[in-house]
Amino acid sequence: MALILFYITSAVAIFASVMMITRLNAVHGLLYLILSLLAVGVIFFLLGAHFAAVLEVIIYAGAIMVLFVFVIMMLNQGQKTIKQERIWLQPRIWIGPSVLAFILFVEILVIVVLGDNAETGHIVNSKQVGIALYGPYLLAVELASILLLAGLVGAYHLGKPMLKTTKPGINS
Amino acid sequence: MELGLSLSAVLFVLGLIGVMVRRNLIMILMSLEVMLNATGLAFIVAGSRWGEADGQIMFLLILTLAAAEVGVGLGLALQIFHRFRTLDADSVNEMQG
Amino acid sequence: MLELLGWVPLFPFLGFLTLVLAGERLSKALVSWIGIGSVGISALLVSLISFEFLNGTLEPYRLLLGSWMEIDDLSVPFGFYLDALSMTMLFVVTGVGFLIHFYSAGFMESDPGYARFFAYMNLFISAMLVLVLSDNLVLLYLGWEGVGLGSYLLIGFWYENPDNGYAARKAFVMTRIGDTALALGLFLLFTQLHTFDIHSLMLRAANQWPAGTLLPMVSAALLLGGALGKSAQLPLQTWLPDAMAGPTPVSALIHAATMVTAGVYLIARTHGLFLLAPTVQFAVAVIGAVTLLIAGCSALAQTDIKRILAYSTISQIGYMFLALGVGAWSAAIFHLLTHAFFKALLFLAAGAVIFCFHHEHNIFKMGGLRKAMPLVFWSFMIGSAALAALPFTSGFYSKHEILLAAFKTSPALWAAGCLGALITGIYSFRLIFVVFFGQQSRAVDKGLGWSMTIPLVLLAVLALFGGLLQIPLDSVFPDLFSPEQDSTLVSVITVAAPFLGLFIAVLFYLTGTLSAQRFANYNWAKPIRQLFLSGWGFDALYDILLVRPFNTITKLNKNDAIDVPFLGIAWLSRRLHRLTSASQTGRVRWYASSLVLGAAVIIAIALLS
Repeated sequence: MALILFYITSAVAIFASVMMITRLNAVHGLLYLILSLLAVGVIFFLLGAHFAAVLEVIIYAGAIMVLFVFVIMMLNQGQKTIKQERIWLQPRIWIGPSVLAFILFVEILVIVVLGDNAETGHIVNSKQVGIALYGPYLLAVELASILLLAGLVGAYHLGKPMLKTTKPGINS
Repeated sequence: MELGLSLSAVLFVLGLIGVMVRRNLIMILMSLEVMLNATGLAFIVAGSRWGEADGQIMFLLILTLAAAEVGVGLGLALQIFHRFRTLDADSVNEMQG
Repeated sequence: MLELLGWVPLFPFLGFLTLVLAGERLSKALVSWIGIGSVGISALLVSLISFEFLNGTLEPYRLLLGSWMEIDDLSVPFGFYLDALSMTMLFVVTGVGFLIHFYSAGFMESDPGYARFFAYMNLFISAMLVLVLSDNLVLLYLGWEGVGLGSYLLIGFWYENPDNGYAARKAFVMTRIGDTALALGLFLLFTQLHTFDIHSLMLRAANQWPAGTLLPMVSAALLLGGALGKSAQLPLQTWLPDAMAGPTPVSALIHAATMVTAGVYLIARTHGLFLLAPTVQFAVAVIGAVTLLIAGCSALAQTDIKRILAYSTISQIGYMFLALGVGAWSAAIFHLLTHAFFKALLFLAAGAVIFCFHHEHNIFKMGGLRKAMPLVFWSFMIGSAALAALPFTSGFYSKHEILLAAFKTSPALWAAGCLGALITGIYSFRLIFVVFFGQQSRAVDKGLGWSMTIPLVLLAVLALFGGLLQIPLDSVFPDLFSPEQDSTLVSVITVAAPFLGLFIAVLFYLTGTLSAQRFANYNWAKPIRQLFLSGWGFDALYDILLVRPFNTITKLNKNDAIDVPFLGIAWLSRRLHRLTSASQTGRVRWYASSLVLGAAVIIAIALLS
């Protein structure tokens, strides 16, 4: 049962990813990305990582994607970018990278399959995660917070000149 | 377990293709997100297999990283747009050789 | 006094060094003093040395100055050897050389390359002295090459005109062919007889090699090849008429008196070897006879005053070769001596005509200069008389000896020599009658200075009375001839031949009884005249045989196939550079793809190994 659910969900995730990378309109791609992330969240749930599933939905599909939405809306691209994308995305452009990526995929598959086949699905609940966080991985948490601080400062710094020189909603 | 890892591999490769093919900066960033997500999936699968919390903690750190990266990356994308008036990744090429 | 022998080549060499390093900065007078003085000192030393030598026992005198190469049994010292032969050559080189240097001071006076001229002349003299004094073949070869260099530099002296450069190059390349043969002969002699010292070579060859066998024949033939190149005999004679592109003193010194006689000297020096190879010796005589006829005929048709004298030189050296070939060694050297006198006289006199007559070379544009330049006229008369071997001139004694000796070996050779004497008479007096008699076409530009008249006078005296010089050459050569045993008929014909030539020249050119113009216009005469004028077509022959194929080959190789590997390395580097620089595109996606490619390759390697 869980296996069938897993297959369906992974199919959704793969389909969504494929759709995402082939869209001409950035917003459409974004929506497919959200779909992919949600599918992966479901997979997390199936694997017994409830905490991770929740985090995936809230933070990844929630906050980060909203950030993307903001930026795309701010850079109001419009019809002309769609035309541009159509020009850029010729079929022949897909061949090279696809071949390369396929080779890589095969290699990874080989590595994976040659490993041990143990069962997955042990539930690891939030309590365990919390204890681990405040125990051995305390330093990692601190580092993560410094990273976030750095990202905050960097984003603010990068955005600052823009605030001064551009009016909101300007059509570029 | 290998199913999960294979799925992770597929998603990773798809994201890689997106990074290599798309020219729009935003699309590149979004493909990057897919790749990060796939890595996180791999970690969760591993953690689930051993029944440890370490997998989810790694996933948490990856998530943090993704968030910071998106913040800075989008800021950079905005700067490029502001300067070059286009989101074409190839337009920021100043090499003359 | 004999120890001063080592200084004889040194003074001209020091003169050369001084002039080539500092000549541009010195005053013209100082250059003249150094250039002429160095040869003058050598001449003085030679006269002192010869005085002592001739009053002594005539034993050969050896002087060892040091060692050049000493490896195992290869021993090449700086050794000088003085006997009657080298003394004669010394006398010619320094005596006539000094007079010609003296003359050059006047002739080259207004030339901007004055110091350079004397530097090269001094180099030449010192090389020639080394050549005639050396006691071993390698040192001789050094001098041989040195005179070749001097000749090249001096023929192409007026280098702004490319034709002079071509003439110099032609001379150098043709003598090079001979030099290669000489070098091969040297190597053969050394590998077989293990010495370079000339006298040891002759002794060992006489002991070890039976007469007429292959080894002496091959080595003698190779030495002969070398002599043919330097002495401009068949088949390497075409460079000498073109070498007249150099200044007239150069033609007098190098191409009349000294360098072209180096071949004769070589064969005379190694006569022991030639005695062991009778076939080759006979070949020497035949080559000499044929060359003297060919050159004599060619001189009949020439119009350039210096070219007539050049062909005459080739012809007279043919006489010397003829003498060497029939075994009249002393006669050959004696003729060398007298020829140096009268040929230098003729060339210097021709130079005087050119100098004073606004550099005109064509004899048919001159005329009636007898009254305008009496000294030059009498110099020409004396010189031509000696050249034609009219009785009681120096040339008479030497040529007479040669022809009588030739008769003893082969009457055919004697007949060729007599015919040559006839032709010599015709062309030498043709020259005089055309230039000095008849109507004067233009006035003379300028007079001769004393630096040009004194050598002419001295050489005229020598040309007249030089036949009386007695040089004890029989101390060197095993001459087998005694002059008393000849038939009178042969002697009479020998003496009469040049007179017949003089008579024919009088008929054609002096009195106009027979018209040379009408003669030349006969249909059968025209091709003959063309043949003679072009020197029997040898230039055209060599052009077709050698020059054109060479040019074709070089044109084929125009892009230099041999250079391809070297240029190819540069080309390859550039290609590789372009390839690798193409990988730096500046495009993010390209870099990402290269990352993926790298990862795929590395993982593949890790998986497969």
